[in-house]
Amino acid sequence: MSVTLTGPAPSPHAGSAGLRTAFAVATGVSLLPFALALAGHPVGSGWVALAITFAPFTLFAMLYIWATYRGTHPGIKNDDITRGHFTGRRTAGILLGVVLTGLYTVLYFEGEWLRSVYVLLDPLSHLLRDRPADQWFLYGFLYTLAVLIMGARMFWRYRHNRYQMWRTASVMFFQLGFAFLLPAFLLAMQQPEFYFTYFWPLKPDYLFPSYWSYLWSQPGGVGAFMLVFGVAASFILTPILTFYFGKRWYCSWVCGCGGLAETAGDPFRHLSSKKYAAWRFERWSIHSVLVIITALTIWLWVGEGEAVQTGKKWYGYAVGMVLSGIVGVGFYPLLGSRVWCRFFCPMAAILGIFQRFFSRFRITTNGDQCMACGNCSAYCEMGIDVRAYAMQGKNIVRASCVGCGICSAVCPRGVLKLENGKTHADRYDGAQNPLATLLRSLKNP
Amino acid sequence: MFGRKKGGPGSDRHLVIIGNGIAGVTTARAVRARDKKCRITMVSGESLHFFSRPALMYIYMGHLTERDTRPFEDWFWKKARIERRQAWVKFIDVDAKRVDFADDSPSLEYDQLVIATGSKPNKFGWPGQDLARVQGMCSLQDLANLEAVTDQIEHGVVVGGGLIGVELAEMLHSRGKRVTLLAREKSYWNNALPEAEATLVGRVIRKGGIDLRLSTELDHIEDDGQGRACAVHTKDGERIACEFVGLTAGVSPNLSALEGSKIPTGRGVLCDLSLRTQVPDVYAAGDCVEFVTPEGQRNIVEQLWYTGEMHGEVLGRVLCGEEAAHDRGIWFNSAKFFDLEWHTYGEVPPSVGATPDLQTLYWQPEDADLAFRLVLRDGRLVGVNALGIRYRHKVCERWIADGLSAEQVLERLPEGNFDPEFFRRYEPAIVRSFREQLR
Ligand SMILES: Cc1cc2nc3c(=O)[nH]c(=O)nc-3n(C[C@H](O)[C@H](O)[C@H](O)COP(=O)(O)OP(=O)(O)OC[C@H]3O[C@@H](n4cnc5c(N)ncnc54)[C@H](O)[C@@H]3O)c2cc1C
Ligand code: SF4
Ligand code: SF4
Repeated sequence: MSVTLTGPAPSPHAGSAGLRTAFAVATGVSLLPFALALAGHPVGSGWVALAITFAPFTLFAMLYIWATYRGTHPGIKNDDITRGHFTGRRTAGILLGVVLTGLYTVLYFEGEWLRSVYVLLDPLSHLLRDRPADQWFLYGFLYTLAVLIMGARMFWRYRHNRYQMWRTASVMFFQLGFAFLLPAFLLAMQQPEFYFTYFWPLKPDYLFPSYWSYLWSQPGGVGAFMLVFGVAASFILTPILTFYFGKRWYCSWVCGCGGLAETAGDPFRHLSSKKYAAWRFERWSIHSVLVIITALTIWLWVGEGEAVQTGKKWYGYAVGMVLSGIVGVGFYPLLGSRVWCRFFCPMAAILGIFQRFFSRFRITTNGDQCMACGNCSAYCEMGIDVRAYAMQGKNIVRASCVGCGICSAVCPRGVLKLENGKTHADRYDGAQNPLATLLRSLKNP
Repeated sequence: MFGRKKGGPGSDRHLVIIGNGIAGVTTARAVRARDKKCRITMVSGESLHFFSRPALMYIYMGHLTERDTRPFEDWFWKKARIERRQAWVKFIDVDAKRVDFADDSPSLEYDQLVIATGSKPNKFGWPGQDLARVQGMCSLQDLANLEAVTDQIEHGVVVGGGLIGVELAEMLHSRGKRVTLLAREKSYWNNALPEAEATLVGRVIRKGGIDLRLSTELDHIEDDGQGRACAVHTKDGERIACEFVGLTAGVSPNLSALEGSKIPTGRGVLCDLSLRTQVPDVYAAGDCVEFVTPEGQRNIVEQLWYTGEMHGEVLGRVLCGEEAAHDRGIWFNSAKFFDLEWHTYGEVPPSVGATPDLQTLYWQPEDADLAFRLVLRDGRLVGVNALGIRYRHKVCERWIADGLSAEQVLERLPEGNFDPEFFRRYEPAIVRSFREQLR
């Protein structure tokens, strides 16, 4: 029986360190054409230039990921995360944050600066949209590329966990199909560039009177269909799906912001603050944005004049650009991957209210098996102190939970399970009467 | 959670708790929930902060920061008015009701005292066990010591085939060290796992990259001439060169705080089931407790997170004048061996195959590291073992409490599964296999 292994044991990172370093360097070097383009010197034009700028980077990034997970056993791979250059809030991570915030700032406020980069995408833009590229097409392209590359990483990383694989496949599909290709195709067909995966209030225009008259005026009824879809998505689809599945059906399966957070943001998820103070701030901030956008939408319908247009413009700057982009994504390496979703997204606020009070979704805890290690809380991107509930053997029923399932995946004692129950009423004390509980929670927040 | 109402029910006593692990903390919270007034002081030499001891490995592996392992933020203790002090207790004077410290921090006078000092690693008098680069893996200090020598380690030897042994092996391995794990038994941890499971776990450990040597005993540790370990020698006469030796051959109650005191001890602090020691106003909880059982049975020491918590709950009630006694109920436990999770409920004795009054059904597929076992006595369920499949605690407990028959369990099996959504379900295969075995 006693088998003795001789010779050196395989290194824990079986995806050999040498290959990883080589591919990391290659990935870095292959950013050169992109950097040149940023500096105003694209390598040329046409398909070849496009390929030279983006293909090597994609290839080497994928090879790096492959080398990282090659030969490892399926299972949780969190070694060295707290010490990582990018993941441990060290210099590299801070620099990355600076670069990302910088790129977002330029994109929103000085988009023309990116002309020398986005012209590279002209062939693709002509093919898909029948028009030249602009900074928004560049943004959508890079965003989708990030979701796809880092989505592939999720597949390798969580290949033991089918919930993660399905969820990742879903966000990749919706990003590529519904947030990138379909809007481009609609443009090519001379139709409004409509995103079927974004609803009011995340995409507030969809209920703005000006956008309605624009849609309504479209020939062929496509615009009218979009108008109806937009309303139905916000007021019918969302409540029903959230009742049955929790907010996860949207936040970690469909949404593009969530899609980026769950793929490109995965290495940073543990950086979210777990402090009680952060939760308090979150409840005020996210519901404030919801109140503001609701008020603004109503105001746009009933009022007119300069003030309301100014309000609309400022909401666009403050929420649409600064909070969702510059802070929301730029701060990944500092505050974790869900800053926008957790503190500011008005859609998450609505979904959260449903989830907390009127949904069948909950995370159940496995009796008394929790030994308080804290992996669940640490890796919760929404900063939920999952452990606080697990230690008491209580269900986790929190407005902000996006149902990513990572807490359940990382728990070394198998304590957590995401479930859609048979009823909404057995999840917490007072769940039988959600309205009363909601009102009570408003009285003493 | 803790009423801040002034003048609530309570007393003016001072409760001092030595040890801020799960047992001490649970006691403090349980008392505060019932007595809003009394003064509570919790002391520990290891850390000011309550942290999860089972999470030590994740700090070293870089999954968690030390702060992540603390279940409560600092404001919590203020709000609950639980005073904390970091200091080592040197002496307990039960006549003067006073606790003295090893440093110059002022002594504390108590009205009631709780000893919740946990465990310390076993050392069996192996020659060389006190050399540098030889240590156990139980405390933050152990972790700091290991971190300090990590750069010197190329090859580590871990001695002891239990749960902490495999954890320490995984820790070293995650930092790129070669690891040899010595276990006396002929299959891994077979004093807790039945033979089949023990063999499976051993295989998983080897697959994880550990050089597991079964049926191998430590003889002595070699000194490199500078007071540091440089090799271990086994009883078979083999010499294994290494720069680090981890001793994980079990733990025993830590009684250092009781030295010279009048509190009676055996293996641990001797207690009745209400956690009273044999000295008035002195109580104990957690790993350090040794329950005195009547009728000449072997005394019980429970060294688990869960039992520490249970002790704390009971003691909190006892300290507030309620009648309460420890009843550990239907046994349960869990662990993780590299990527293999283990849940166990009820009675699954390692000798299950050879115990005449027990029947057992066992399933283990060819192509995956999974196993599932039911144990029955007189046709009624008494135990469940699940490796690589999560099973629900409360459901298994109910099945055992209700004494279901094998057939009844098989009908209900899917209810017990706790794996995440979309995971492959093995219940059909398990049921098929068990029906065949029953035939
Ligand atoms: C590496 C490891 C992994 C584990 N994994 C698991 C697991 O997965 N599941 C499980 O159920 N159990 C596990 N355990 C066991 C579990 O951690 C213990 O049962 C539990 O922590 C005991 O709690 P306690 O409160 O009794 O003591 P402890 O948590 O040990 O706390 C005792 C405290 O008292 C302090 N103290 C002792 N003497 C003095 C003194 N003289 N003066 C001042 N302070 C003093 C100590 O410094 C310590 O902080 C594990 C243990 C270890 C070491
Ligand atoms: S609680 Fe769990 S499922 Fe919900 S967001 Fe946090 S990690 Fe994801
Ligand atoms: S990860 Fe699991 S064991 Fe650890 S604190 Fe969370 S629920 Fe408890």
